[in-house]
Amino acid sequence: MIGRTIATYGISPLWVTLATVVAAPAIGGLLTGIDRKLTARLQNRVGPPIWQPFHDLVKLWSKERITVNQVQLLYVYAHLFLMIASLVGLMLGQDLLMIFFIFAFSSVSLILGGFSVRSPYSRIGSQREIMQLMAYEPVLVLMAIGIYLATGSFFVHEIITSGNPLLYSLPLVFAAYAVILVVKLRKSPFDLSTAVHHVHQEVVKGLLTEYSGPYLGLIELANWYELVFLLALGGLFWATSLWGALLAAAVLFLFQVVVDTVSARVTWAWMLKFVWTVGLGLAAINIVWLYM
Amino acid sequence: MGFISTARVKSPWIMHFETGSCNGCAIEVFAALTPVYDLERFGILNTGNPKHADIMLVTGCVSFRAGRVLRNLYHQMPGPKAVVAIGVCALTGGIFHDCYNLAPGVDKVIPVDVYVPGCAARPEAIIAGTVMALDRLAGKAGPPNIAPGEPRRGLEEGRVVEIAPGNSDK
Repeated sequence: MIGRTIATYGISPLWVTLATVVAAPAIGGLLTGIDRKLTARLQNRVGPPIWQPFHDLVKLWSKERITVNQVQLLYVYAHLFLMIASLVGLMLGQDLLMIFFIFAFSSVSLILGGFSVRSPYSRIGSQREIMQLMAYEPVLVLMAIGIYLATGSFFVHEIITSGNPLLYSLPLVFAAYAVILVVKLRKSPFDLSTAVHHVHQEVVKGLLTEYSGPYLGLIELANWYELVFLLALGGLFWATSLWGALLAAAVLFLFQVVVDTVSARVTWAWMLKFVWTVGLGLAAINIVWLYM
Repeated sequence: MGFISTARVKSPWIMHFETGSCNGCAIEVFAALTPVYDLERFGILNTGNPKHADIMLVTGCVSFRAGRVLRNLYHQMPGPKAVVAIGVCALTGGIFHDCYNLAPGVDKVIPVDVYVPGCAARPEAIIAGTVMALDRLAGKAGPPNIAPGEPRRGLEEGRVVEIAPGNSDK
């Protein structure tokens, strides 16, 4: 939607970038708070106030800096800045393949940071995060292919201005995207690598075990950018109208909250089987159908 | 209260360490974390990871072996941090206080901010104690309690020393 605005009204990309970098954490933090509140209400609890994530972030940034090694910090910053880069790329209407590539490298940075320490908890969590990466990356690639077949372009600004909403031609890809969204946000039943925001634990804290204080806060900030990025990507399926895009994003958001609440954690093998059969299967059927 | 102090008070993440006793107080700590009391409405999360935690809840009588682990975990927590000792065993050793293998109380091993008595301590008392520990995170509390004791059993001149002879986790 913003890509079309740029195309139509000629807004400077610099302003779009600035607006994205500033507004995304506010939206992402608030959405995370709403997520926690909704989860609590679904579990018949009162739950924290919706601005709780901002308290958490300020607290984490005010804590003592303890690091295991310097390399890990590099990976934390790489994770954050590549995540911002992928979101800005999406908002500027850039190449979808490039955006997915930067996004994948952002996830890989966090994994490398987890592997750079000798803690077994951190390493097991990182290995599980690799499993999650393996599960959802093929679906993302098929999604890009499907979008190309439907619109004839990988550029987001051309996809947005191409006419019909993608949802008409790619309904099954949208369903597959809803599945991998749960994997990517590390929500139950796929919260194998680490469990964020809730009382769940997994191998201490899995991937995030060895990150602490301000650096954990930076990862938290990256998670907010990631949430906005993933929901915006979901909104791309109905990007011909702003309300449609918001509705698609809202449906995906509510879907992952409900799934997170009603399901228990599964093993990594179960996750791979499920995502590769259901997720990849849905996306592949949709693409074959488009091609025919 | 300042901006940062408010955030610290509104977002205390806890870590529970059971030093190895009857588990009665540990069960009460978990009872306090259930949806009945719903500590998350105060921003309290059970992290289970010392590197993410702000408040450490310690239950049980501290054997020398568990004391070394306890001290290790305490030093892994980034400051500002607070310690709440829960139950008579954690306070003084309780009915085990004369045992040859125990440090009589958590405060012989690490500094303690709040003592929650009881055998077992009620969830309400545990929540009240945790709320009192927020003063430490807000920077309003005085120095934490460090009990003087025999060097072999705890602290020497405010500094943590070897708990059991001949063993070291260095």
